Amino acid sequence: MTEQKPVLRLEGIVKTFPGVRALDGVDFDVRPGEVHALMGENGAGKSTLMKVLAGMHQPNEGRILIDDKPVVMTNPIAAKENGVILIHQELSLAEEMTVAENVFLGELPRKRFGLVDWKTLDDRVGTILKQLNCDFGPRTRIGSLSIAKKQMCEIARALTHSAKVVVFDEPTASLTDSEKVVLFDIIKDLQKDGVGIIYISHRMEETFKITDRISVLRDGAYRGTLNTAETTEDEVTHLMIGRTLDTSNGTNVSNRGEVKLSVRNLSCGNLFHDISFDVHAGEIVGFYGLVGAGRTEIAETLFGLRRHSHGQIMLDGKEVTINSPVEAIANGISLVPESRKEQGLVLGMNCRDNMTLPQISDLTQGPFVSGGAEVDIYKDYQKRLEIKAPSWRSIVGNLSGGNQQKIVIGKWLSMKPKVLIVDEPTRGIDVGSKSEIHNLLRELAGQGYAIIVISSEMPEVLRVSDRIVAMYSGRIMRTFSAAEVTEDSLIHAISGLGGTDAAA
Amino acid sequence: MSNETTKDLIKSGAIWGFIVLELIFFSVAGAYLSLSDNAFMDLDNMLLLLKQSAPIGIIAVGMTIIMINGNIDLSVGATYALAAIVLLDSMTWPIFAGLGNWVIPVAWILALLTGVVLGAINGIIVWKTGVDAFIVTLASMLGYRGLVFMMNGEQPTSHLNWTLVDFAEAQFLGLHTATWFLLAVTIILWFVMTRTVHGRNAHAIGDNREAAVNAGIRVGPHIVINFMIIGFLAALSAVVFYSESGSVNPNDGMLYELWAITAVVLGGTKLAGGYGSIIGTFGGVIAIQLLRKGLGHIGADTETVNLVIGLILIAVLFLDRQLNLKGEEELRV
Repeated sequence: MTEQKPVLRLEGIVKTFPGVRALDGVDFDVRPGEVHALMGENGAGKSTLMKVLAGMHQPNEGRILIDDKPVVMTNPIAAKENGVILIHQELSLAEEMTVAENVFLGELPRKRFGLVDWKTLDDRVGTILKQLNCDFGPRTRIGSLSIAKKQMCEIARALTHSAKVVVFDEPTASLTDSEKVVLFDIIKDLQKDGVGIIYISHRMEETFKITDRISVLRDGAYRGTLNTAETTEDEVTHLMIGRTLDTSNGTNVSNRGEVKLSVRNLSCGNLFHDISFDVHAGEIVGFYGLVGAGRTEIAETLFGLRRHSHGQIMLDGKEVTINSPVEAIANGISLVPESRKEQGLVLGMNCRDNMTLPQISDLTQGPFVSGGAEVDIYKDYQKRLEIKAPSWRSIVGNLSGGNQQKIVIGKWLSMKPKVLIVDEPTRGIDVGSKSEIHNLLRELAGQGYAIIVISSEMPEVLRVSDRIVAMYSGRIMRTFSAAEVTEDSLIHAISGLGGTDAAA
Repeated sequence: MSNETTKDLIKSGAIWGFIVLELIFFSVAGAYLSLSDNAFMDLDNMLLLLKQSAPIGIIAVGMTIIMINGNIDLSVGATYALAAIVLLDSMTWPIFAGLGNWVIPVAWILALLTGVVLGAINGIIVWKTGVDAFIVTLASMLGYRGLVFMMNGEQPTSHLNWTLVDFAEAQFLGLHTATWFLLAVTIILWFVMTRTVHGRNAHAIGDNREAAVNAGIRVGPHIVINFMIIGFLAALSAVVFYSESGSVNPNDGMLYELWAITAVVLGGTKLAGGYGSIIGTFGGVIAIQLLRKGLGHIGADTETVNLVIGLILIAVLFLDRQLNLKGEEELRV
């Protein structure tokens, strides 16, 4: 196998974004007819690397070679012309148009006068759909298809070109078991035709089933390539995490009190199923899983942004109905949302006004808002959370990410919540402020708050949580206590290994 | 699947059902309330209705393709007025004095070119600056209207050419000249949007711009072409109308953009782009004109007409939203 020349080679790819070195000299190659897995934790740089390959980002350094010839991928079209097809993780389809039109988007076959050659279009797409065992025709409207079937359309797109390299980015994330079988058959067919395949997935099981080699990225750097046949899941996991097990979690001394929040058998459509857990006063429960495992959706349901189809939510032992954020707040549930800038803050407003936003109607004297009371609240939480801002008049948009996050946390703390949910507490925050936020969360737990932390970063979950709930595909796979959790077991649990595969 | 087709049927059929309802209502109500002896559904009355629909109808058809493409054009009313002035004024220019009646096609071409150029300006600004079409055409609406006033101040521009008037008032197979233009424009643009690569790409751009860019569609030129088409159509609408009336006031065409958008939305085109129907817009135009004429027939004044149209528009958008919501919830389960 080693004597075969690679069809695609990436050499020393460096990609920097302002303040971040997303890719740090990555080497990667694919041989014709092989399936090469690219693995790494969230944020390790896999997607960035593939975007460089597909011409959506330009690398700062390094080069791309196809059949040993250097090429420059200036845009997605250039990549296509060079035989590199990327099957997007986020579907890139026009919803109101037909399957056939989407498959040939940008390249509709023409007749005279710029007319669309519908017959050729239908024939060609029909053939491809048959090859993919699809049960829908070329004239079906995309918007009427399930996500899995849309994914098939994306794959069909790749088959219209004579591809040299096809990139599958998390292709099975939304497929059922039987659809997966079809997908793996397609991959085998492509392999037989000598196409090189890059396969990105978090799921160990399928990676081991279908790939020939596995390359691992961590923190934007290349960490090594293993032959699938000669390695083990543990070895790959170890490369991905790169640390010896960090067991210094003993600092999480919890003074666990009575149960504050109980969730029983909560389900919502196909987003999550049968979720049950408790959160006690004075403890932090961490929710860990891959993007799309249903963590954020649970938080949104508890905060009244989504309706659940089954199950109960109990606060202090009493069942509550929460259909809107107003009811959630009234019941004492607060949510620090995932994206601070879009969902958490009014960036153009000052610190004080942002912090008192949810309770402004309680701070009135007659018809007017009492500015003095607002300032008092702000000063109180500025001190407690050590917010570094020149004054309460400072515009929030000008503060650092860490201080912005503290303003959001302060905003909800000042509402005196029973349960505080923090979604991705340190996203986009520099390392120093990260540990400040972590310490703050621990302190708050120490003061008796019941806290849920949702995070995609394993070190964060391990650092702050008293208990960790591992989720996969909308289900709770396992709940760990801080004492028993190991990084390996956690990765296993969120990859859907050792548990029932939650195929819909 | 069957759900999907029912939904499509409701969507595309709703406007025609609404038109039938209007016809029945005004016929019945007219029999009791109308001051005239003529029945509402009198043939001549209906032919006149089609003719009166033409000016806004032609513009609305153009607005449909702009909105499918994910843009909007607020400057059509001003373009309409400017093209009308060019049409009437150019027939009196000394250099064309020797042409006799051949001045008519020359004036037509000049007026239509005016529309195309104004549209191209909009399109190129939207493309090259990336500023939202709403803002760009809001500005050009004011700017073009300014040009209208610069041409002839507050005075109306008038010129009657009797050959032209005869042409405009002619009836062929019973339908007026203006009606023929409306029908032709509707059919041609329906064909363009459903059958040509340009039309399908325009749909894709309005539906999911990122997907279109990723697929290698050159977004900018398609946008410019569509703005040129609507500019042309605004001018054509002026040409058809003023060939007959022979006099244009500087305020003519005001609010035409809003009437056109109303007709497009009534016809089922999505405000956000990506989905729309030229035939539906045609229905929307007819429905609005029926409402105006019908309410007039039973003795309501203009203010009432506007109020009723406003209420109906809100009702339609609300129903559309409910319909779409239901569809999505069904998908989720």
